[in-house]
Amino acid sequence: MGNMRSIEIAVGTFVVAGCVALFVLAMQVSNITAFQRTEGYTVVGYFQNVGGLRERAPVSLGGVQIGRVTAIELDQARLEARVEMTISADYDDLPSDSSGSIRTSGLLGEQYVSLEPGGMPDALQNGSELLVTQSALVLEDVVGRFIFNQSAGDQSE
Amino acid sequence: MTDLLQRLGAATLNNVATLGRAACFFWRILLGLSELLRRPGLLVHQIYSVGVLTLVIIVVSGVFVGMVLGLQGYYTLVDFGAEESLGVLVALTLTRELGPVVTALLFAGRAGSALTAEIGLMKATEQLAGMEMMAVDPERRVLAPRLLAAVISLPLLATLFTLLAIFGAYGVATTMLGIDGGAFWSQMQAQVSFTDDVLNGLIKSLAFGVVAGWIAVFNGYDCMPTSQGVSRATTRTVVVTSLIVLGLDFVLTALMFD
Repeated sequence: MGNMRSIEIAVGTFVVAGCVALFVLAMQVSNITAFQRTEGYTVVGYFQNVGGLRERAPVSLGGVQIGRVTAIELDQARLEARVEMTISADYDDLPSDSSGSIRTSGLLGEQYVSLEPGGMPDALQNGSELLVTQSALVLEDVVGRFIFNQSAGDQSE
Repeated sequence: MTDLLQRLGAATLNNVATLGRAACFFWRILLGLSELLRRPGLLVHQIYSVGVLTLVIIVVSGVFVGMVLGLQGYYTLVDFGAEESLGVLVALTLTRELGPVVTALLFAGRAGSALTAEIGLMKATEQLAGMEMMAVDPERRVLAPRLLAAVISLPLLATLFTLLAIFGAYGVATTMLGIDGGAFWSQMQAQVSFTDDVLNGLIKSLAFGVVAGWIAVFNGYDCMPTSQGVSRATTRTVVVTSLIVLGLDFVLTALMFD
């Protein structure tokens, strides 16, 4: 019977190890807490162009992540992209005239929404709209403008 | 000419008949699974010989696959100055593809062949027939626990493989390649999603477990009861399992990640 016992212990250890591995994968590798922690309030911003912004992209203020983008859709009436952001309830005292802009981390990195604090005394509420927004910088436009300016400059000489 | 046609026809009919037998066999095993609820001891024994004994090869190859992946990924990424993304590359490759597939291939070689040989030898030495004589259903007593053990073991093994490989890559990245450990994890956590990547990988390995267990047990049960027949069945298990796992992986990937 001792043999059976050691086999059962080995199998039990194996199963526990597998489950622990899955748990560690969930926590350490995919960081499951980061998108479960959607408790907070929702803020909406309208952007002319969101570029490569995706859902679950970070929302940061001063480089510190304070929330995530939860939805991106086209607003049919305004013909602008409606970006919904959930901001952690820890940061519930942001000025209501804060502005949002879409930035890129590094030259090729992922895009995120950066908030610039305003100066109003009242705070952003659930459902508030960011009044001032700045679209994503689309690299092709910049390159296109640069080439256009170059060639215009050549002709004037 | 007609000889050739006849041979082709015979081979086709043979294969279809095998497929049919395999399907019926699978159905009977499914019906036999209820028996296991009353005798879980049988299952524990099989998980030991199928899962626990496969652990060594999984652990060792997991660490080394991760280390190699880390090195090779680094050599490519460093050209773009994106070596900090090594964690993302390694984690996505492993959770989505390499973890389930390599584990299934190793499993077929280590455990699948052993299952086939064991059952084939039981058949060759007429132990299965003997059980039937004693009114013990070998499908419930012998085959069902082995199949279920494979289905349970493979996802566990694949998870361990993936995790160890990621840590292997982490070890290489931080010690040999000088990548910051914090960036390695944080980029990975930002990019890897639990439902899309980890869970889909787990579903894959579960499907591979069913396939690997089914093929191994069926080949043993269906083999010619001679020593040559057992050896052929064992080879066939490894070859067929590997091919089907690779093919099924493509189909599952196409379905899961669009």
